[in-house]
Amino acid sequence: MSLRIVVCVKYVPDATGDRQFTEDLTVNRDDVDGLLSELDEYAVEQALQIADEADDAEITVLTVGPEDAKDALRKALSMGADKAIHVEDDDLHGSDVMATSLVLAKAIEKAGYDLVITGMASTDGTMGVLPAILAERLGVPQVTLLSEVKVEDGVVTGRRDGDSASEQLEASLPALVSVTDQSGEARYPSFKGIMAAKKKPVESWDLEELEIESDEVGLEGSWTAVDSATQRPARTAGTIVKDEGEGGKSLAEFLAGQKFI
Amino acid sequence: MAEVLVYVDHVDGAVRKPTLELLTLARRIGEPVAVALGAGAEATAAVLAEHGAVKVLTADAPEFSDYLVVPKVDALQAAYAAVSPAAVLFPSSAENKEIGARLAVRIGSGIITDATDLEAGDEGPVATQAAFAASFSVKSRVSKGTPVITVKPNSAPVEAAPAAGAVEALAVTFGALATGTKVTSRTPRESTGRPELTEAAIVVSGGRGVNGAENFHIIEALADSLGAAVGASRAAVDAGWYPHSNQVGQTGKSVSPQLYIASGISGAIQHRAGMQTSKTIVAINKDAEAPIFDLVDYGVVGDLFAVVPQLTDEIKARKG
Ligand SMILES: Cc1cc2nc3c(=O)[nH]c(=O)nc-3n(C[C@H](O)[C@H](O)[C@H](O)COP(=O)(O)OP(=O)(O)OC[C@H]3O[C@@H](n4cnc5c(N)ncnc54)[C@H](O)[C@@H]3O)c2cc1C
Ligand SMILES: Cc1cc2nc3c(=O)[nH]c(=O)nc-3n(C[C@H](O)[C@H](O)[C@H](O)COP(=O)(O)OP(=O)(O)OC[C@H]3O[C@@H](n4cnc5c(N)ncnc54)[C@H](O)[C@@H]3O)c2cc1C
Repeated sequence: MSLRIVVCVKYVPDATGDRQFTEDLTVNRDDVDGLLSELDEYAVEQALQIADEADDAEITVLTVGPEDAKDALRKALSMGADKAIHVEDDDLHGSDVMATSLVLAKAIEKAGYDLVITGMASTDGTMGVLPAILAERLGVPQVTLLSEVKVEDGVVTGRRDGDSASEQLEASLPALVSVTDQSGEARYPSFKGIMAAKKKPVESWDLEELEIESDEVGLEGSWTAVDSATQRPARTAGTIVKDEGEGGKSLAEFLAGQKFI
Repeated sequence: MAEVLVYVDHVDGAVRKPTLELLTLARRIGEPVAVALGAGAEATAAVLAEHGAVKVLTADAPEFSDYLVVPKVDALQAAYAAVSPAAVLFPSSAENKEIGARLAVRIGSGIITDATDLEAGDEGPVATQAAFAASFSVKSRVSKGTPVITVKPNSAPVEAAPAAGAVEALAVTFGALATGTKVTSRTPRESTGRPELTEAAIVVSGGRGVNGAENFHIIEALADSLGAAVGASRAAVDAGWYPHSNQVGQTGKSVSPQLYIASGISGAIQHRAGMQTSKTIVAINKDAEAPIFDLVDYGVVGDLFAVVPQLTDEIKARKG
């Protein structure tokens, strides 16, 4: 039996660019380059490693995003995923986490899966809750925030390093896994991988295909509303001194002045 | 007055500080009803009452520790049904955010994560969030259902506000999903005796410039002179010089202390994402061009191996 893995990947504005909001208070995607969220590369990597260990596995990468989001899918395909699904629809603009997760859940069900893998958080919204929501919507065990993951005989096991303890987890497939950036370096696409990716299938689905009404998603259908987004004033230039033997003492003087000592 | 559910973060009955801060914010939008789960839940009541909880709902069962997240969601759903609150609040942490998010789906509500402030508004509570590595401040609301909001540590002062805090047992029925993810073993993190990173008033962090695990004692000595927590950049963590649980930044802990001291850290955007909301920022770096200096209130361009020990000695001398 083939192991069907679906990896959710997000197309995000480059974090090193000058990220801004647009007038409707959604993310400005025009003025900053987009890319595959770096944290989702770890999800693709773990999918590839799990597939390597399985007798027979197929990896589908899935994104919900605008036209350009195909770039994120291409990157994942060039790393070694087998095929891609792009959910694209003008009505999706401005979707919050509940709307986005609804679309992802429907698409995952339509694609068919034994294992869903996601990143730990996106690098733009950085909520870190979509994986748990997806597990709830799909009605499968959540095995989230793993720094180590293994799939064997229909069972997924992994290590979750939490605030107060490190836990060993276990669940039966079908299941949803999210992996952290401690799970192992993601591979670079090889030239061969990049060439092969050009021939791999990318399917495009819209809302109708997923039987989702347009008022369930987008700014209208979202369950949260943004009232304002204001750029924080740049921090006022502080005092910078060069250490000429008294740097530590001058710093202590500053800290004392601020009542930290 | 409307009731507001507040999820209690505690370790065997010892309530963690972010929960007490959350009670301060909860009182702005209603009467706090606390929900404490697991071993020691009842022992939390006294301190919760002292900080404004009118009621404390408690439940304990092996499921809470033997299985991941979902049993706690079942409990919150029971509390939600019992109280019909105006909002449900959680102190932000990886697990608490997951509990809140699953609860939100179940009760058909929107969720806002990592709020840094909370105010009553005409259309329900208004949350402030820091976006894009804290370069933006965003105000948002939940527009559907009962607002579920998670709030970052250090977002409000802890204030005494004595209330009844009557303990009530919460009846919880676990659903079919509750036992889906088994916790087969748990290794508690060893305590260092230093304050918890996300809760500390002062954080002292070291980066690649510390140049080796054996040198981190310089950073620890400075932290101890100030009663601070120790943080590290991802470069220092990836090199194996300091535990991952101490990483500050986008994929580590997000901190918002009164004072943040960065030594040998360049200030990459992903590091800034986790510390840019600190009140006062201080850096020691030998490169005058390091981007961290754009953020600082006070910066010393110099070798940390000279500056940090001198600073530590000076602090100790001043404290006597
Ligand atoms: C600054 C900012 C703040 C926001 N705050 C809120 C808020 O408080 N409440 C709210 O409801 N929405 C909010 N949103 C919207 C929300 O981020 C998006 O709807 C988003 O797609 C889901 O959340 P996330 O990306 O933060 O997910 P996370 O939970 O951080 O992402 C985890 C993983 O989910 C997968 N994933 C996420 N999105 C997609 C996608 N589109 N396609 C494929 N896989 C995906 C990836 O594997 C990713 O690694 C915010 C957006 C921004 C930019
Ligand atoms: C998806 C993603 C997530 C990430 N998440 C995080 C995160 O959560 N946290 C994080 O920190 N990073 C994160 N990073 C990594 C981040 O991009 C940087 O690589 C990292 O923060 C650099 O750490 P650093 O400042 O210690 O090292 P460097 O950038 O190498 O800087 C070292 C600094 O030390 C100074 N220095 C050297 N020697 C001395 C000396 N003797 N005295 C004084 N100064 C000295 C140098 O001048 C330099 O400025 C992430 C990256 C990605 C792609």
